[in-house]
Amino acid sequence: MNLFAEAIAYLLDPASWAGAGGLGLRILEHLGFSAAVLLVAAAIGIPAGVLIGHTGRGRGVVIALTSGARAIPTLGLLTIFGLLLGIGLEAPFLALVVLALPPVLAGAYAGVESVDRQVIGGARAIGMTERQIVTGVELPLASPVLIGGLRSAALQVISTATLAAYISDTGLGRPIFEGLKTRDYGLMLAGSILVALLALLVELLFQAAQSAAARRAEPIETHRTTARTRAPERNPA
Amino acid sequence: MTWLSQNLHIVGALLVDHLVLSILPIVLSLVISVPLGWLASRYRRARTPLLTGTGLLYAIPSLPLFIIVAPLIGVAVRSPVTIVAGLTIYGCALLVRGVADAFGSVPRETMLAADAMGHSAWARFWRVELPLAGPVLLSSLRVVVVSTVSLVTVGALVGASSLGTLFTDGFQRGIEASILTGLVLTIVVAYALDGLCVLAGRLAMPWRRAVAA
Repeated sequence: MNLFAEAIAYLLDPASWAGAGGLGLRILEHLGFSAAVLLVAAAIGIPAGVLIGHTGRGRGVVIALTSGARAIPTLGLLTIFGLLLGIGLEAPFLALVVLALPPVLAGAYAGVESVDRQVIGGARAIGMTERQIVTGVELPLASPVLIGGLRSAALQVISTATLAAYISDTGLGRPIFEGLKTRDYGLMLAGSILVALLALLVELLFQAAQSAAARRAEPIETHRTTARTRAPERNPA
Repeated sequence: MTWLSQNLHIVGALLVDHLVLSILPIVLSLVISVPLGWLASRYRRARTPLLTGTGLLYAIPSLPLFIIVAPLIGVAVRSPVTIVAGLTIYGCALLVRGVADAFGSVPRETMLAADAMGHSAWARFWRVELPLAGPVLLSSLRVVVVSTVSLVTVGALVGASSLGTLFTDGFQRGIEASILTGLVLTIVVAYALDGLCVLAGRLAMPWRRAVAA
């Protein structure tokens, strides 16, 4: 148990937070890097997923991609990209986008797919254009599941960004690997506790966003749970 | 290919380590999750704490989880016990919800009919509830199998040997063939164990095929 005391002492010491190598900067690195990856994945995955859900074409591709992605070991992807692209941020960035894409795509697709066909028919009957149907009907109704996909992707990215420090020294993985190399368990534990807290915080924020979206999409049926249960399976990382 | 043929015995040994580190947590999480999931499906008051609690555990990234778990159970972080314990936690996080959904999918009328035929609660569980929950349970077990096999590789970072060792070794020594071998074998192991689950499901639940056909 004194290892935990050591880790907490390290976390409470203002000296560990300050400066160029401090924890404050590491958290910002970690969050900034993760957010950038998520943004790129969303910019590709959401339009593609919405298109597939709207037209119904390419469904098999999404299913194959998401179930296949689960089997890919993230560390293997990171190390092979690291070896091919060299030490830098490009390799982990690309590897993380590859890992974040399937859940984003699946969330967008499953969300749009789950919208009641009669509602879409109704929208078409009152003269809405296809573009209006997508932005005004399908997207709002799909948003809980879509956000669920982003949530899986965000957790996957935060988690794998920790491993990314193995191939390029960045983010909260750094104190962990530093601790591993120097056999400083307290440091390792301090880094781990921070990553775990960060992941839990992001999870709770996305949960809140998801229920807010669900309330907006279904203001009357507040007990509705279909959106959540239909959210794509998450991959741990 | 030359790299692989020269290192066949190392790869073989790592494969065995990988299988042990995958199968143990899968079996353990199944054994732990079935009673917990059953409780969550039967008792409303147990449902929320069990499902949210296990769900939150699932959010914790694997490497930090291993590092936090090791001192809690009092073993070295590089010990296989750490990896098994960490992956069992993940397995349960996924399976408790899956098991609860599976038992929730058993129609109430069927349970009442089993009672009326004179089944004791114990017999009803084994003869009626569990077989009927089987298909849904199997589908979440398959998710656990595939993700566990893939997560075992993370253990290589703390020194627990598995196919993930091919990633860390290959990266440090600049051998692409080592990493590629690890990637391919991990995916093959994942789908092989997944296939075994499907096969076991067919053998244990022969009526499923009859329905499908």
